[in-house]
Amino acid sequence: MLHAASASALRERVVSGELRAVDIARSALDQIVGADARIGSFLHVDGEGALAQAAAVDRARAAGETLGPLAGVPIALKDNLCVRGVPATCASKILEGWIAPYDATVVERLRAAGAVIVGKTNMDEFAMGSSNETSAYKLVHNPWDLSRAPGGSSGGSAASVAAGMAPLSLGSDTGGSVRQPAAFCGLVALKPTYGRVSRFGLIAFASSLDQIGPFARDVRDCAIVSEVISGRDPRDATSVDLPVGSYVSELGRDVRGLRVGVVRSTLAEGCEPGVVSAIDASIDTLRRLGCEIVDVALPTAEHAVSAYYIVAPAECSSNLARFDGMRYGPRVESPDLLETYGKTRALFGREVRRRIMLGTYVLSAGYYDAFYAKAQKARTLISRDYAAAFERCDVVLTPTAPSVAFGLGAKTKNPLEMYLADIFTLPPSLAGLPAISVPCGLSDGLPVGLQLTAKAFDEGTLFRVASAFEHATDHHAHRAPGFATASVGGAA
Amino acid sequence: MTTRYEAVIGLEVHGQLHTKTKMFCGCSTAYGLPPNTAICPVCLGLPGALPVPNRQAIALAVRAGLALGCTVRQSSRFARKNYYYPDLSKGYQISQFDLPLNEKGHLDITTSAGTKRVGITRIHVEEDAAKNLHGAGAGTDTLVDFNRAGTPLIEIVGEPDLRSAEEAEAYLRALRDVLMFTGVNDGNLEEGSFRCDANVSIRPVGQEKFGTRCELKNINSFKFVRKAIEFEIARQEALVSSGGKVVQETRTWSSTQEKTLSLRSKEEAQDYRYFADPDLPPLVVDDAWLAEIRVSVPEPVVARRERWQRELGLTAYDAQVLTSHPRIAEYFEAASASLERALGGKLSRDKAGKRVANFIQAEALRVVSTSGLDASFPCSAERIAELLALVEDETINGKIAKDVFVDMVATGKAPKDIVAQKGLAQVKDSSAIEQTVRDVVAKHPKELASFKAGKAAVKGFFVGQIMRALKGANPALVNDVLERVLAEG
Ligand SMILES: [Zn+2]
Repeated sequence: MLHAASASALRERVVSGELRAVDIARSALDQIVGADARIGSFLHVDGEGALAQAAAVDRARAAGETLGPLAGVPIALKDNLCVRGVPATCASKILEGWIAPYDATVVERLRAAGAVIVGKTNMDEFAMGSSNETSAYKLVHNPWDLSRAPGGSSGGSAASVAAGMAPLSLGSDTGGSVRQPAAFCGLVALKPTYGRVSRFGLIAFASSLDQIGPFARDVRDCAIVSEVISGRDPRDATSVDLPVGSYVSELGRDVRGLRVGVVRSTLAEGCEPGVVSAIDASIDTLRRLGCEIVDVALPTAEHAVSAYYIVAPAECSSNLARFDGMRYGPRVESPDLLETYGKTRALFGREVRRRIMLGTYVLSAGYYDAFYAKAQKARTLISRDYAAAFERCDVVLTPTAPSVAFGLGAKTKNPLEMYLADIFTLPPSLAGLPAISVPCGLSDGLPVGLQLTAKAFDEGTLFRVASAFEHATDHHAHRAPGFATASVGGAA
Repeated sequence: MTTRYEAVIGLEVHGQLHTKTKMFCGCSTAYGLPPNTAICPVCLGLPGALPVPNRQAIALAVRAGLALGCTVRQSSRFARKNYYYPDLSKGYQISQFDLPLNEKGHLDITTSAGTKRVGITRIHVEEDAAKNLHGAGAGTDTLVDFNRAGTPLIEIVGEPDLRSAEEAEAYLRALRDVLMFTGVNDGNLEEGSFRCDANVSIRPVGQEKFGTRCELKNINSFKFVRKAIEFEIARQEALVSSGGKVVQETRTWSSTQEKTLSLRSKEEAQDYRYFADPDLPPLVVDDAWLAEIRVSVPEPVVARRERWQRELGLTAYDAQVLTSHPRIAEYFEAASASLERALGGKLSRDKAGKRVANFIQAEALRVVSTSGLDASFPCSAERIAELLALVEDETINGKIAKDVFVDMVATGKAPKDIVAQKGLAQVKDSSAIEQTVRDVVAKHPKELASFKAGKAAVKGFFVGQIMRALKGANPALVNDVLERVLAEG
């Protein structure tokens, strides 16, 4: 069953000639047709484009060319990534009908690696949300329990992989938007170090926090695609010129003696008991593997939520100013220019408008110092906390989210409660650090995620620990019931 | 007793940095391209596009700072200035705010009152907006040309040190000279690559506190700067003298009505919500780069004028005319150095300089055309030197040189070739001259007789006949020989 196969296995079979990339693409497209009506993970499926890319891979193989690390592997992309000739809506009405005229850098790199882009995935509008419920188009249902949220904001990217529609997807993570849905959907996802992956072609939410990150069903696949998309890009001035190294070579390496930092104080607070016990078991597993467990403290991390909800809205209020109906996207015409702006920008949904107003307010004259400047100071302090913690440990371990997937509609009435779903993912984001979420067990039949955070540009260590952890457990083998064995499409 | 007032004026100048490509993308900055042909996702502000600073633009901005005596901030920041307007593709302009690239400079100006040092508060880097073309579409539609969007600019904020419209004009002219001679800006007011806003207020003489100021926009020529400021000072004085109050506002100069008109008051002033642009890391000019830029700063134009007067024999007026454009200044320097070399020390440096200066001003400038920082010359500076060398070694005289120059311009030929082909060389060989003199005198015994009889004017007749026969010769030499031959008689 192709849709259950890993990216690395599919690529092997393409290279060996056992499978044609075109057949894999068809199988993925069939799975989307068969399953996505229930899930809602795609906003746009690019069947024609996918088959053309797959055919190109098959031709390259026939011509004896060396195939890339993702040759023939289907991948779904969050709808805030630009793919030339394909719509990019950010799940917003304000970009309805806009076709991106260029490829994002990550898209160029995926193409060069032989990946086959199958379509664009649903998301919270402009990546603002933690449940995918702010999409202007449709809900995404968690494949593990259709009444529950897949997490957000990259909910569509997570659900598509969990439901076997593609072995890989890309999301974007501003405050937890790949890690939290990965936890909710039982997947592996990496939020790379800020500056590791080019943001060129990623439609910005909060520029100082946004990073593109992949979803996969196992650590190896996550490492392969992370390596493909990482590295300096001259088109992104914030991308960093440091060697990426081989993530794949970290897989299966010994972790004995590695120091794992645990933040005891925050763990118990506000976490569901099922999450706490899964994390406790994970700590035991790592200890058994020879890791040294040490206590660390992140005292200023408690201010992460407030700092984040100042910095991110401030940047978004400016980043989203370009959506004014003048050059692209719909325009609600009025004889008066100001009114045209107002009516056009009313196409933004409630959550986006809330954050634009919040951000406009905190940047206003007279409030800047009290809010924005202070939030930036908090970021510096959080970074210092991590620096101190990394004197004592190599990775910091926390839950990815305080709960398992919550019900659709459960938190939409209370934005503050929704914001608290990100308490564990925000501190690494504010400090710009790499963090990975890996499945670490089930609670009442729903996946729990374990988050590991490392020093800047030390993704290698994250993959090393995640791989050892995955090897010692069978958590990643759990599949969403109902999507684990469904046989759709033409297997070879 | 009537109160006397003095004006307080500060200028803000926007100068386009003379680069091939835009501030944050690779699009061309060429002027006059068809609308919306020099655009890309970055300068159009398309979703997902990111800015990358143009290194050459930064280098030019630093060069401007160094030329104007600024302190260069080696780690400055880009900031976003947020506001809505259809000519602004991203809903914000990338500029600099609290940490500008250059600070605390100065510029010396000369007016009828003498020389004065004017402070420069800061020089920061920013991008230009697009251009709204009102009524260019169907009916009342406004179309937007994004070719200009993202053009690199520097904003030069001057201290309120100016006290008259004359000083303001002198400051602006001096600033333009500095920017053009450093290659930072092409000084083109008509095309808008050099633009000026003026803050004008008045206060009673002796009072330290500034009065309420008005900002004058859209003054796009030196003439208008002077007129607009003069008008504004008079308007404010009349207002205050009659018991009124100056309202802080933005005013625009109407060249048709010859007065300033209110554009918007301070109440409508916007909060731009500046903050550091998260898409751009701190702008770092490290020691090595700064040193490299420092070396590229040419000799200041004022120093050059003084040196020319001191070493090249020029008058202040000559120096002013020959520094009207950086390429003309280079042309003059190249020609005078070349002439000095060609004559191998037979002519002192100041004499060579003065000869070249005179010739360029009298003949060459008439056929030089300038456009921005470029200028086209009818011939190379070396050719000018070759021509003047021919005059110096008496192959031709100054009058013939003018004719040869006309030929050089028309044909592009070397002066030597023109002189040879047209047989314009003066006969310098005194034996050849003596033979002709004797022949002419022998052929005109009647005239010789009347000369001997005391009719001195007949000498002129002989000179004319001899020169005609020689088809050009050194007149002094002819005269000498003739006198000798006549005396023998
Ligand atoms: Zn451009």
